[in-house]
Amino acid sequence: MKPLSVPELLAKNRFALDEEESHIEVNQEVLKATGCGKAMVACCAAHVYTEESDGTLSVEYAACLECGTCLAVAAPGALKWHYPRGGFGIQFREG
Amino acid sequence: MPDEGEVDFDVIVVGAGIAGCVTAFQLAQQGRSVILIERGEAPGSKNLSGGVLYCRGMQKVFPDFLDEAPVERRITRNYINFLNAESSIGIDYKDSRLVEPVNAVTVLRAKLDPWLAEKCEEAGVFIMSSVRVDRVLTEDGATGKRVVGVQAGEDQLRAHVVVAADGVNSFIAQEVGLRTKPPLNHLATGVKCVVSLPRETIESRFNVTGDEGAAFAVVGDCTEGVGGGGFMYTNTDSISVGVVLRLDDLTAKEKVATEVFDHFLSHPFIAPYLEGGEVAEYGCHLVAEGGMAMVGEIAMDGLVVVGDAAGLTLNTGLTVRGMDLAVSSAVAAATGIGSALDKKDTSKVGLAGYREAFFASPAGQDMKTYAKAPGFLEVERMYQDYGELFGNVLYGVFNLDDKPREHLVKVALKAFRKSPVKIKHLITDGLAGVRAL
Repeated sequence: MKPLSVPELLAKNRFALDEEESHIEVNQEVLKATGCGKAMVACCAAHVYTEESDGTLSVEYAACLECGTCLAVAAPGALKWHYPRGGFGIQFREG
Repeated sequence: MPDEGEVDFDVIVVGAGIAGCVTAFQLAQQGRSVILIERGEAPGSKNLSGGVLYCRGMQKVFPDFLDEAPVERRITRNYINFLNAESSIGIDYKDSRLVEPVNAVTVLRAKLDPWLAEKCEEAGVFIMSSVRVDRVLTEDGATGKRVVGVQAGEDQLRAHVVVAADGVNSFIAQEVGLRTKPPLNHLATGVKCVVSLPRETIESRFNVTGDEGAAFAVVGDCTEGVGGGGFMYTNTDSISVGVVLRLDDLTAKEKVATEVFDHFLSHPFIAPYLEGGEVAEYGCHLVAEGGMAMVGEIAMDGLVVVGDAAGLTLNTGLTVRGMDLAVSSAVAAATGIGSALDKKDTSKVGLAGYREAFFASPAGQDMKTYAKAPGFLEVERMYQDYGELFGNVLYGVFNLDDKPREHLVKVALKAFRKSPVKIKHLITDGLAGVRAL
């Protein structure tokens, strides 16, 4: 089986995208002060987080698989992460 | 307890996973009015597990579970594997006694959970999907804060008891102060994909027939030395394959989760099993691995916490359990809530029957028995050194390189000298293992 990139893997899933509201919010100042961005990038299986050249963290919330790992490794105050609104986000067909 | 007129339901269950569905089902069977609230489009659509359910408890709740429920395969072959970069050492345990009675089955939760929800509906549970509970409603009572219902968007619903079955991230348990953020060594991230393959291919590759299946548990190079392991479980016409990585170790070693996942799937000892397959789905899940240390208070006035939300997971190294504990906690919760409702006392004291019933159950006793397992599984040597050591000893035995052979003891001692593992480690880890497992 040929290895798939993360975007290719995510393309196999079904998402109900909430176009109005992101469920993830990064506090860039706390993030910079605590340096927890690297761990968030490394732990996220969906590659939701990308470290930009200016040191900020960009967020692709539409790819989120809603596991909560980023919240576990983020420093207190660096991340606001809740589940998407009802009916939105990842909808597993296998699980 | 609020007057009868003030509540919309006897019980509100938040989350239609295994714990939530089984709690709701049993309460409805007692004749209680129950609403089950699920944030996914349908029950199961947010739910993911590695895939093995130890099913005896479920069969007590649903006697026809194995015949009726959409389970995948019955596990009759357990393969425990030390994986090194160049070698693989395994214990292949197949046992006809595991065929009947069935002990474990593979499941795909987006298929299983809708069935559970259907059973709930048949029993009279009112199911509301696509609704996210934002917070619980509380009131100040005689003994402190009391949960009286939930808020979902504009809507408020009130009940005698709220059941938080909202999974490992349980925002409800955190909001009411029953759980704090766990330390990273008690958490792992599981990354998994489901790979479709024809069922005949699966049966021949995994050496199983009919609806029998195999469960592979792998440690070592599969995680590039990060604490945790790899797994491979056969479904009917797909394979669940992935890694579970302890977060303290993953971050300390500065590894990237998806790279470790790729490394495992493309490992020369794993890739042949997946050859020709097609990824059907990709997912991940946070795993609570603290065992007993993570289970704090599981009830307060007007609220109980069940399943993953209560931190009920058990990794003994050989078996990784969560779903069966969800069933056991749900059964205990339904008992405890039932007697609290009968007594008209749904305070923490009135709900104490839940905790008693859970820790009296086999699953609850196992939580205590394996209380030392998480600490033992943090021993660094488990994930690299031991596998390499065994590999080198066996290489010394089987590699007939045209030099005269040496006695096994000498071969082993040579391998030992090269390895960072010392005899004292073997003894201390061995003893710790015996005590913990």
